[in-house]
Amino acid sequence: MTSELIHRLHFAFTITFHYLFPQLTMGLALLIVILKTMALRTGQEHWDRAARFWGRIFAINFVFGVVTGIPMEFEFGTNWARFAQLSGGVIGQPLAMEGVFSFFMESAFLGVFLYGAKKVSPRVHWLSAVGVFVGYWISGFFIIVTDAWMQHPVAFVRLPNGGFEVNSFWALLLNPWALLQYMHNMTGAVVTASFVMGAVGAFYLLDKRNEEYGRTFVKLGVIAGVISSILIVFPTGDLHGKYVAKNQPAAIAAMEGLFKTEQGASLVLIGQPNEETGQIDNPIAVNDLLSFLIYGTTKAEVVGLDQVKPEDRPENLPLLYYAYHIMAGLGTWFMVLMLGSAFLLWRGKLYTNQWALWALLLSFPLPYIANTAGWMTAELGRQPWLIYGLMRTSQGFSKMVSASNGLFTLLGFMGLYALLGLLFTVLVYREISIGPEPLDEKAH
Amino acid sequence: MMGFIWFWLVAVMIVGYVVLDGFDLGVGILHLFLARTEQEKRTTLSSIGPVWDGNEVWLLAAGGTLYFAFPLLYASAFSGFYLPLMIVLWLLILRGISLELRNHVEVGVWRKLLDALFGLASSLLAIFFGAALANVMRGVPLNADGYFFLPLWTTWTPGTHPGVLDWYTVIGGVVALLALSLHGALWLTIKASGELEARARKLVPLLWVAVVLITGISLLATIVVRPASVNNYFNYPVTFAIPAGVTLSLAALWFFNRKGAPVKAFLASCLYLFFMLAGACWSVYPTLLPATTGAQYDITLARALSGDYPLHVGLVWFGIGMALAIGYQVFVYSRFLGKAEVDSH
Repeated sequence: MTSELIHRLHFAFTITFHYLFPQLTMGLALLIVILKTMALRTGQEHWDRAARFWGRIFAINFVFGVVTGIPMEFEFGTNWARFAQLSGGVIGQPLAMEGVFSFFMESAFLGVFLYGAKKVSPRVHWLSAVGVFVGYWISGFFIIVTDAWMQHPVAFVRLPNGGFEVNSFWALLLNPWALLQYMHNMTGAVVTASFVMGAVGAFYLLDKRNEEYGRTFVKLGVIAGVISSILIVFPTGDLHGKYVAKNQPAAIAAMEGLFKTEQGASLVLIGQPNEETGQIDNPIAVNDLLSFLIYGTTKAEVVGLDQVKPEDRPENLPLLYYAYHIMAGLGTWFMVLMLGSAFLLWRGKLYTNQWALWALLLSFPLPYIANTAGWMTAELGRQPWLIYGLMRTSQGFSKMVSASNGLFTLLGFMGLYALLGLLFTVLVYREISIGPEPLDEKAH
Repeated sequence: MMGFIWFWLVAVMIVGYVVLDGFDLGVGILHLFLARTEQEKRTTLSSIGPVWDGNEVWLLAAGGTLYFAFPLLYASAFSGFYLPLMIVLWLLILRGISLELRNHVEVGVWRKLLDALFGLASSLLAIFFGAALANVMRGVPLNADGYFFLPLWTTWTPGTHPGVLDWYTVIGGVVALLALSLHGALWLTIKASGELEARARKLVPLLWVAVVLITGISLLATIVVRPASVNNYFNYPVTFAIPAGVTLSLAALWFFNRKGAPVKAFLASCLYLFFMLAGACWSVYPTLLPATTGAQYDITLARALSGDYPLHVGLVWFGIGMALAIGYQVFVYSRFLGKAEVDSH
């Protein structure tokens, strides 16, 4: 058990830290394409400089994403060797495809985008931004395909040695779970990028500097923010949730804190799950809403944890429950804030409304928390399975790597990542302080 | 047949990684010694700035391809070499960050620290990669399930229970350190100008002599440690073309550097790395990871190979994907031809 726990923590810690960077870059890549498109269409220097400023923020995130991403691919082998051996015949496919189709593309185009502004025509420079965006979104797709197969295994045969082998390439890539999760996840990345762009813009406006850029960033941040904050709930979150309910009833029951099977199950908004008594303490709940959200009728039966064998229940129920509720609660706030801001923007009052600007500024960490909590929901909900229904987590970690060696390198990563986090903060703070090149000055 | 194809495809990915990331590792190693002024340091770094992470992608793509084609080998080797791989990961992180950070800080002291970190991480990575290859050539103590776990060192002697480091694998590390330094020096003769270029050019013959010597030593050491490594060559004498290629590329390197043709000398160095790696692969083929505990435990091609269906489908997308990838890289390199420029970035 100790070994298993340490290998799980090893992967969980390194992937959680890693995903702080790509969730911004994937969304920001899209926003940079918008800025570059405006630059190309209007021919105004303003848009180009705005894109260049965000390119600098992007570059820092890119490097941190790359260096923290390399360990992820290695850890399948180093920490989860038995899983890697048995599942390589399936998920080796999307992982190798990510390397071949996306990493080359994003690194090549980013090199041109960052270093080549003076060496290529504006059109090619715009194309390089598009290349970075496409490369990133392909990358996300292959990772989601990998995770989706662990959540909802499709298109495989079992081998005599217990291994798995893909038997339909397209069925693997078009796993319905993957498509739903991909839409939800990528929208989440756009939420993060919109909030960060909006927050930087709000900071400039509140601080009364770079105000022309501040208005651009707030505007783009809020427009992208309001669209993505709606899409993250409906349809992507709604569809994904219904699919989870259909295929992982134990996960939904644990996420919602539904201990007993109910007809007309209520949706718990707030409350603490009590595993000993098997109920929610101090609940605020809406009657019948859970049944309605999942099945579209108020009296539908929703399976509770009582119908799941104890050994097949997600073992960390409170963490899963809280992660899910934090994600959903923050998602609600995103919609409120962005709809309100969009309304003020439409009425032409946003740039001077101190309350709204402060709210936009202070809300930038929240999508990071929501994205992290969302992934925790997905992965904790899958437990105790490594491959849902087929291979338990306890069967997958590297037997040859002792708990103490695992702990040693986990602590090593924690120390190193603490340092990286500090450096990252300093670097980004510095870029935001420098800001975009002022408009009245000629570019050097 | 699938086994043969994928063995060499993975080998090509590894060669691609070594040839490409090899020169920026080499530049990292030399950065400390060759570049004196701030201007020169910036030139050195900007000679690899636009391309280094694209080069590093080859490592990831090679790892992914290995996982895809030979899951057992990937699982066994990555968990067995757990400690050195984690160290490699930390070094890759430190190297990437110090390179990126360097141009963001103005304080001289921090720059010196980051330069040192960048140089040190690059040197250690070269040594570790060389030692890793030597570990594969020497073999590891595999058990019946095909797994092992290596301590960093035991008695420093190759035997049934060696460590990651022993005298043989250290030689492998030195080969990589010197060969990549030479590779990096040649890259600088192309990209740098003025005094820096002259210094790099003067260093090439010295490194060349060292590389020739260590190449010979490593060859003899390999035959001593693993006599079976010459079998394939005698069974298929035509493959003596590989060691001949090593020799010829070294000769060509010397010749072109003397003639002042830096691009050709660099290409000769690429060929040298290619032939060295091809020679190493051929000497173990069709074994992927030999066992020091007895040949019956060897991880062979047939044992580690993934299924027929994924490998067939893989050939299609791998062909398309790598054609695109090479296209992108050619495009990037063609944008940054000629001497490195230092701009205000």
